[in-house]
Amino acid sequence: MAAKKKTAPAKGAQTGVEMVNRPYERAFEKYAMAHPEVMCLSADLTSSCEIDKFRDKHPDKFISLGMAEQNMLSFAGGMGMAGYRPFLHTFGVFLYRRPYDQLMASVAYPRRKVRLMGFLPGVTTPGGMTHQAIEDISVMRSIPNMTILETGDATEVESICEAADSIDGPVYCRVLRGSVPRLFDTPIQVGQMRELALGTDVLIVTSGITTEEALRARGALEAKGVSVRHLHLNTIKPFDAQAMLDHIQSVKGGVVTLENHVTEGGIGSLLAEIMADNGVGKRLVRLGLKDTYAHGGSRPYLMKFYGLDATALVAGVETLLGKKLGITEDDLTIARVEAVHSTVKAEGL
Amino acid sequence: MSRRNAKTTEEIALGIRRRVFEHAMRNNGGYLSQACSAAEQLAWLYNEQLELGAPTLPMIPKPFGGVPSADNPTYHTGAGYNGPPRSDLDRLFIAPAHYALVAYATLIEVERMAPEGLEMFNKDGSSVEMIGAEHSPGMEVHNGTLGIGFSTAAGLAWARKRKKETGKTWVFMSDGEVQEGQTWEAIQCAAHHGIDNLYAIMDVNRQQCDGAMNTVMEVGDIKTKMENFGAVVVSIDGHKLDEMRDAAKEKHKGKPLIILANTSPFRGMPTLQRRFPRLHYVRFKSEQERAEMNHDIARALGVDPIDYAGAH
Ligand SMILES: Cc1ncc(C[n+]2csc(CCOP(=O)(O)OP(=O)(O)O)c2C)c(N)n1
Repeated sequence: MAAKKKTAPAKGAQTGVEMVNRPYERAFEKYAMAHPEVMCLSADLTSSCEIDKFRDKHPDKFISLGMAEQNMLSFAGGMGMAGYRPFLHTFGVFLYRRPYDQLMASVAYPRRKVRLMGFLPGVTTPGGMTHQAIEDISVMRSIPNMTILETGDATEVESICEAADSIDGPVYCRVLRGSVPRLFDTPIQVGQMRELALGTDVLIVTSGITTEEALRARGALEAKGVSVRHLHLNTIKPFDAQAMLDHIQSVKGGVVTLENHVTEGGIGSLLAEIMADNGVGKRLVRLGLKDTYAHGGSRPYLMKFYGLDATALVAGVETLLGKKLGITEDDLTIARVEAVHSTVKAEGL
Repeated sequence: MSRRNAKTTEEIALGIRRRVFEHAMRNNGGYLSQACSAAEQLAWLYNEQLELGAPTLPMIPKPFGGVPSADNPTYHTGAGYNGPPRSDLDRLFIAPAHYALVAYATLIEVERMAPEGLEMFNKDGSSVEMIGAEHSPGMEVHNGTLGIGFSTAAGLAWARKRKKETGKTWVFMSDGEVQEGQTWEAIQCAAHHGIDNLYAIMDVNRQQCDGAMNTVMEVGDIKTKMENFGAVVVSIDGHKLDEMRDAAKEKHKGKPLIILANTSPFRGMPTLQRRFPRLHYVRFKSEQERAEMNHDIARALGVDPIDYAGAH
């Protein structure tokens, strides 16, 4: 059984969620400057990836590669051969769609220590289909040697560089930018899921921005008498199936996953595989983009339109329980602040 | 070629700049420099060069109607704003999809879309998307991932040639696209297959997201490189319509024709120069800057300052 770590709620947050401005910008600079082999690579989206100040302050650690992602991936592979650990910055989509072949041959197969920092994951961009990485986790999960990390709050963004750079091989990270809520006060520990609630009726598994949605839903669900077990994943691959299996077996009902991604190949599929591999006879409701492309729009609109928000999660839990709970939008808004800080106790399974 | 519009191409180019300016003022930013550099090119394409039929889609764009899928039988692209896909008519792709705002302003100026269309820009549930989607007015494919436009146009042009269609296939391109390897694969392919019903006009404004292209990734002499890859290339002043008209007449048997329109990213809005080299998306840094730009650019464009109080 894997060691489990209690995740304390963020401090000082009784009054509301703390919003942190551009956490990546500071974290990257601090980390890169402490590690000579770390290099900053950019593909003409430098300010969009919050590394513009870094470029201006540390030009000899910054490599501008222009809008040419295929070259960037193989170039990074070459740098890796000389012992550098390049951090590649662009939107998540541009790290794997066009340069997929280069990613495979130059980075993944030879296990180069290339750190792929993918910004604007899923529907966090208004740029529409060409900008929305909605199948990146699925793609990366099927690449041998690849590690996948996803940030869900400011603390995880602040610790993503160190976490990524601890990987002995390539790693793809979904990074949040701009104004990011602080939900946790302990850094990412690679391979360790966060146990945010340890109820016994249903298991909710989230990652990235959907964790905040689950926190909004949780208080409302609990107020209706549903005992929720809630896990947040920041490490999607490799994955400790046994720890998850213990959680699945600790709930009477089934499992709901909610992801900023298509329901095929992401964390919903991950849960399905664990359950099927181990013959778990419980129901699984997978929420996310339902085998569809999205289009351009604001994040709240897209999350509502495509069923990635707290309301969709409540409906998923209702499906699992086979009954309506009578939870309204208002209940969810109120729940947001409190649920984030519900005390979590460690459980020795 | 005769003009289809009561307005001159110069007036349309000015109208494009005015509309994009007004939009950017109201929304506290926008793709202003692309209007500066590309206004003449798009005005010329739509008002003079392209043979297009009457629009087949409503002047006021319909809301987002879903993505292509077997469950969405009524799905259609936004190409109908350019008229029907008839064999004798031309087709146009806007390869850098972030020029959508400028392309929409052009559609309004040439009376293919109602001004209300621009009010829907980047609004939730709208088809008038910030990064032109294939369902957006005037678009026929997704080009938000840069560098794929010329390839698609080459394939369509090849197919149309084989089917003995007389219409031409045009692409509006950006110079950032020459950094992508695919652009070169596309030119080489079009030359190899003798695709000479294929035309491009590229907005060479020497800018990209990170700033001036020569500081981000030097691309060298685009004209010579393209010629070496097999295109016929004419380099012109992209703000001079006569040069554009002449360039389109250049003989290019067995080869695609590419017009390099050398432009200024602050043409018509000289105050924007203050923002150089960060021109890709101009967001005003302060209320004072917004007010100053409003005053200066309005004067340069010969309009009253925009009353943006109550907007964003
Ligand atoms: C394949 C790909 N990589 C990166 C981007 C992000 N991006 C959007 S526009 C742009 C470059 C802009 O340069 P240019 O196309 O010359 O347009 P301009 O700056 O003149 O508007 C980049 C890198 C993209 N859309 N597609």
